[in-house]
Amino acid sequence: MTSKNKQEWQETTLAATLKRFPERQERFETSSGIDVSPVYTPEDIPDSDYSAALGYPGEYPFTRGIQPTMYRGRLWTMRQYAGFGTAEESNRRYRYLLEQGQTGLSIAFDLPTQIGYDSDHPLAQGEIGKVGVAIDTLEDIEILFKDIPLDKVSTSMTINSTAAILLSMYIALAKKQGVDPAKLDGTIQNDMLKEYIARGTYIFPPRPSMRLTTDIFAYCSQNVPRWNTISISGYHVREAGCTAAQEIAFTLADGIAYVQAAIDAGLDVDAFAGRLSFFFDSHNNLFEEIAKFRAARHLWAKIMRQRFEAKDPRSWMLRFHTQTAGCTLTAQQPHNNIVRVAIQALAAILGGTQSLHTNSFDEAYATPSQDAVTVALRTQQLLAYENGIGDVVDAFGGSYLIESLTDALERQATEYIDKIDKLGGAVAAIEQGFQQKEIQESSYRQQKNIEENKSIIVGVNKFVSPFPNISGLLRVNPEVERKQKERLAQIKKNRDNDKVNKALKNLDEVARSQDNTMPTFLDCVEAYASIGEICDVLRKVFGTQKEYLVF
Amino acid sequence: MAEERKIRVLVAKPGLDGHDRGAKVIARALRDAGMEVIYTGIRQTPEMVVKSAVQEDVDVVGLSILSGAHLELFPPIIDGLREKGMTEVLVVAGGIIPDEDIPILQQMGIKAIFGPGTPIDKIAEFINNEVAAKN
Repeated sequence: MTSKNKQEWQETTLAATLKRFPERQERFETSSGIDVSPVYTPEDIPDSDYSAALGYPGEYPFTRGIQPTMYRGRLWTMRQYAGFGTAEESNRRYRYLLEQGQTGLSIAFDLPTQIGYDSDHPLAQGEIGKVGVAIDTLEDIEILFKDIPLDKVSTSMTINSTAAILLSMYIALAKKQGVDPAKLDGTIQNDMLKEYIARGTYIFPPRPSMRLTTDIFAYCSQNVPRWNTISISGYHVREAGCTAAQEIAFTLADGIAYVQAAIDAGLDVDAFAGRLSFFFDSHNNLFEEIAKFRAARHLWAKIMRQRFEAKDPRSWMLRFHTQTAGCTLTAQQPHNNIVRVAIQALAAILGGTQSLHTNSFDEAYATPSQDAVTVALRTQQLLAYENGIGDVVDAFGGSYLIESLTDALERQATEYIDKIDKLGGAVAAIEQGFQQKEIQESSYRQQKNIEENKSIIVGVNKFVSPFPNISGLLRVNPEVERKQKERLAQIKKNRDNDKVNKALKNLDEVARSQDNTMPTFLDCVEAYASIGEICDVLRKVFGTQKEYLVF
Repeated sequence: MAEERKIRVLVAKPGLDGHDRGAKVIARALRDAGMEVIYTGIRQTPEMVVKSAVQEDVDVVGLSILSGAHLELFPPIIDGLREKGMTEVLVVAGGIIPDEDIPILQQMGIKAIFGPGTPIDKIAEFINNEVAAKN
């Protein structure tokens, strides 16, 4: 027989089969709780007006991609997040990655650098060079980029509270290399709101933090026009345990808060919005993830055009970096992680990412070893060159399933954004613990599902078998601490300390005024003031933020 | 009938690392398993962890760390607990801890290290058994 529509098929052919052969599960659903039906048909797509709903690549609302040719023109940027130990060691890793065909740099900083403590600070002890490279002064940045011409690479820096200082160091180094800052390409993460929600490297309260953020927007629009001034990040909220729909919603709600703050600070939306960039996670559910990237792109375009009345098409485009989901990596049977990463990377590419980091299989144990990071980079190169994935734009566009999921995710995310608006926006919602609570609920639910074997993780709660230890894990040499502290002591001795004190005093004054802080940060770092010294001034002016603890 | 004293657990995040998903999940699961759980929040110095353990008079201290600073941050916690006379407290840890460090930490007095993927009921069971054996 031939059914006339989906309902008839469900009632006849499907029902007959289900009676004899029940499905594996009572219900199939995505991470966001969206029901997955056995098959998708045109009836599952609500809006049949193709051009209004989807459009074409490179055109509003950009669901299908932000460029007309996407990877046919240029492949995504392969950008492995790396950094550990001293600037010398990290510099060697960067040059190795560039030699292996990586196309952009991505700098990981250690926690003291991210939280504004010098290597000689008591709270830095034990943490120096551990999760990233230790930076105290401009001298470390000079070593970090030794023999890497800044006009030839694009550099992404995962730095937030101290973003203005690290960006100033990068600009200062460019000037030393004779490179015009206007030619610099790169990104600073500079997304403070998600630090309060999930990542935890905040220093100051939200409002002065937002002021530093908008100072950067204003300064870069004039002086470093090609720089991505922020990378509004869903990655960390997703890693903290939220769903795909929440990842879109919390990220775009933060984006709305930044745009509003910049407009409130007197900036014209089209002067800065084109330099906003985003950062998403790529998780395990292949179809939901592809749909997530498309939904985020569509929703942001609408927000920028309708809510903020941006006129420049560049302001409507959601450009994003993706990292595969670190939280899905298992310590058990670690080589399975290579496969997980490949599929997550595929989702990001099919979702139209602009750049990609693929995780290394040993990351449930340590910062990746050189062998492990090479496999991760090769995974991207395989996907780029061997499978034809990049030969067509938005391959899944028009798939009944993907379009239906894209629509469902956008609806769920919109509901969350409405809720956050009602609470007074992203900052007010954070202060009330809204996002934090939602994330904790989702993460606990996921853990219970694993414990109850409702979610299967191969090698952890099914197909468990003994596995050999992986060898060659990276260990940060304990000598790093001593070396780094020695270098800092040397610099503090040899620099012109009058110049440093003057620059720090000037920063104090500017921070208390309404003036843009960026030029004074640049003066401070050029005098070789340390990150800790600069942050101490700001701590005095702005105060410090305690954790918004919801438990 | 006297009500049985609930097992009191301090879940602590020493160091600068903000990865608190595991700590929060464990804290909530142990609470659901009938224990009294105090969660410190992130960015705790060893002194702060010891102080909370003493103040809250806990039976168990659970340390969560993912930054790799465990060999530097755990010893002052263990020493501090001893100095304050908390010689009976059960100390366990979890997070990203390389296999080769486990014997070092155990020698220090950390009773168990629960790596990624450890089922939570196993952790609860371990705590229940250990605390029962001490009483």
